[in-house]
Amino acid sequence: MQFSYEVKDSYAEVKSVGRLNMVAAPKLREVVAEVVAAGSSRVVVNLAETDFMDSSGLGALIGCLKAARQAGGDLRIAAVQPQVKMVLELTNMDRVLTAYATAEDAFGDD
Amino acid sequence: MTRFWTRLIVVLTVILGVNYVAWRWMASLNWDAWWIAVPLVLAETYSLIDVMLFGLTVWNIKFRKPPPPAPDTATVDVFITTYNEPLDLVMTTALAAKNITWPHSTWILDDGDRPEMRQLAESNGIGYVTRGADWTPDMPRHAKAGNLNNALMVTSGEYLLILDADQIPEPDILDKTLGYFNDDLVALVQTPQYFINVPADDPLGSQAPLFYGPIQQGKDGWNAAFFCGSNAILRREALMQLGLVGYVKATEKSIKRALAASKQAIKKARRSPEAENPLVEQMLNDVEAATESAQKELQDGASLSEITYRVRRKVDDAVRTLVAADFSALQSDLEEIAAMELAHVGESGVTTVASDAVDRMSGRDWSPLGALESVHAVLDAISVERTDEAQPIMPLATISVTEDMATAMRLHGLGWKSVYHHEILANGLAPEDIKTMLTQRLRWAQGTMQVLLRENPLVQRRLKWGQRLMYFSTMWTYLSGFAAVIYFAAPIIYLTLGILPVNSISFDFFIRFIPFMVVNQLLFLVAGHGIPTWRGQQYSLALFPTWIKACTTAARNVWFGRPLGFAVTPKARQSGGPSWSLIRPQIIVAVLLAVALIVGLIRLLAGMSEPLGTLVNVAWVAFDLVVLSVLVKAVLYKGFVPESGPEDVGPERPEERNADAV
Repeated sequence: MQFSYEVKDSYAEVKSVGRLNMVAAPKLREVVAEVVAAGSSRVVVNLAETDFMDSSGLGALIGCLKAARQAGGDLRIAAVQPQVKMVLELTNMDRVLTAYATAEDAFGDD
Repeated sequence: MTRFWTRLIVVLTVILGVNYVAWRWMASLNWDAWWIAVPLVLAETYSLIDVMLFGLTVWNIKFRKPPPPAPDTATVDVFITTYNEPLDLVMTTALAAKNITWPHSTWILDDGDRPEMRQLAESNGIGYVTRGADWTPDMPRHAKAGNLNNALMVTSGEYLLILDADQIPEPDILDKTLGYFNDDLVALVQTPQYFINVPADDPLGSQAPLFYGPIQQGKDGWNAAFFCGSNAILRREALMQLGLVGYVKATEKSIKRALAASKQAIKKARRSPEAENPLVEQMLNDVEAATESAQKELQDGASLSEITYRVRRKVDDAVRTLVAADFSALQSDLEEIAAMELAHVGESGVTTVASDAVDRMSGRDWSPLGALESVHAVLDAISVERTDEAQPIMPLATISVTEDMATAMRLHGLGWKSVYHHEILANGLAPEDIKTMLTQRLRWAQGTMQVLLRENPLVQRRLKWGQRLMYFSTMWTYLSGFAAVIYFAAPIIYLTLGILPVNSISFDFFIRFIPFMVVNQLLFLVAGHGIPTWRGQQYSLALFPTWIKACTTAARNVWFGRPLGFAVTPKARQSGGPSWSLIRPQIIVAVLLAVALIVGLIRLLAGMSEPLGTLVNVAWVAFDLVVLSVLVKAVLYKGFVPESGPEDVGPERPEERNADAV
């Protein structure tokens, strides 16, 4: 699992590559905390190359969402793959998070 | 074979029990004394249902074979939960945990946040976890469930072995249990809790051979083996899934509730003195518009993060615009003043409003909106951060002080399986004095009743009927306090007043009652393979004040939000002499029983009552007194003294150790 991030005009994009599971979850929290602390509270997690996610990974996303919201911003997810979509539905997390088609779309409306 | 005999006796018990209780209802009630006749027949019906539920439990008794080996990639975190137990006790367990052969990480979860504990853990290469920064003092802590939930967020093992601070694990505990998880649907493996500081006659009824035996094996047969808080292995994925599902549910509920309440809150705010300010009035209009459109979006199925984000955005924008307008008026006033008093301004030039003032004053707490508490509360609740909990994801259930039972029930509700592994793989310490024992039993009973009242298993649609009844069965047993009172009262009433709750004590009575009683005892004998169950039967009646208190306090807690009076069970023996005051109600009952015995005999000699009725009731009183006598032993118990020197780790109980080989 690898995370990298890039600060764009109106948001920061965190790329997650590989398996976002219980081992990678704490790492994702750290990366997003770092991004938010650096001043970008509008965060998109790009999941285009995340081929597997478990409940711990989703839990980390919720933790990151909380961190971004508390900093006055938001966290959004983009480009989910079929397995991730399934996990979102299984846990009803699709009721909470909107999966945007691409990272650019995520903050497209504001 | 055992299963066949057990089932045969279950069938007989049900037939004979229904035969007796149906006759009691239809043909035996003494309506002249309905005030004792009806309670007694209700108590007997309660007991019949109790034994039928026990019968149902052992009907599917499951004797498991050892599981296949687990893949050696399986990663495990061993959690040792502690709050205030002595450091050496915790370290003994932690070092034993460190010696578990399967590769793992050991963690001490210290809710007492003790620096000495941390130091000891670190110097022994053991992980140490305390509550993180999110657990601010205004957040509910949820005791052990909170402690575990906190640790789940900072560790990453695939499986979790949970141990109470006094439960010393065997090195092979994981080798013998992890293999069950080869079945992808297994979320929990529970092993027995066994106590090494208990003498053979077990005066405090600490060992639970019936529960960690036929009852758990029976529940296992219905895929309803319980999680009992310690000596259990859990699958992280299952717990996290539970946490997520719970998070979504709680968030959705809180947003719906807040949106529904917003109209009322805004109305209320409009009547407050602050609302006379046109600025505030405009804000309230904007907030109302925002919540109304959020309600519509919710109906249209928009995601909760979008809805809450938009509400917050709109409200913040409105507040900002208005605060900024206010400030620009202020700024022009300042400029006018400066123009009039130009001579006095000097070097610094025109006074300006600080550039971040608009931001500061637009913050939730400082803006005029902050003064309107009702609106403030609604806006806080329209969020996805779960602001009322320290962390959004709470995998272990927090609806009860027995988080274990509630968690297991929810796991079963999500379709996960559980396993009961009938082999002692950890040795623990039981309370050594009656006070601690009573505190512990009260807590278990309270927790169980909380689950019943908050999430009644009978109406959990996602549980199978067998599972619903297995949970309900355990809850049902905790109602025994009320039945016990009636069982004590009925013979006292007959012997002292001569009032019989039945029409007559006749052949009809004995022919129905005795076979039921015999087969009932036989059921315990066969289902339990002869393990000692008498101690348990005594305590289920003798602790009636504890069970009743548990029911009433749990009901007050769930329905009226009153505290339970929660106490952590102390692991060290409480000092002081015999505490007779702890069993005052039972002493009063025993005295009443003894008085009734004497009065009954006098009435018999005076020819005021019939011999057969007196005999039956005297026997009944004798039984009650024998039941209560266990408490004398318990109060006088001075703690555990090893029978044969300090090297002996305690009495072995082969019949408890491995009943798999049937």
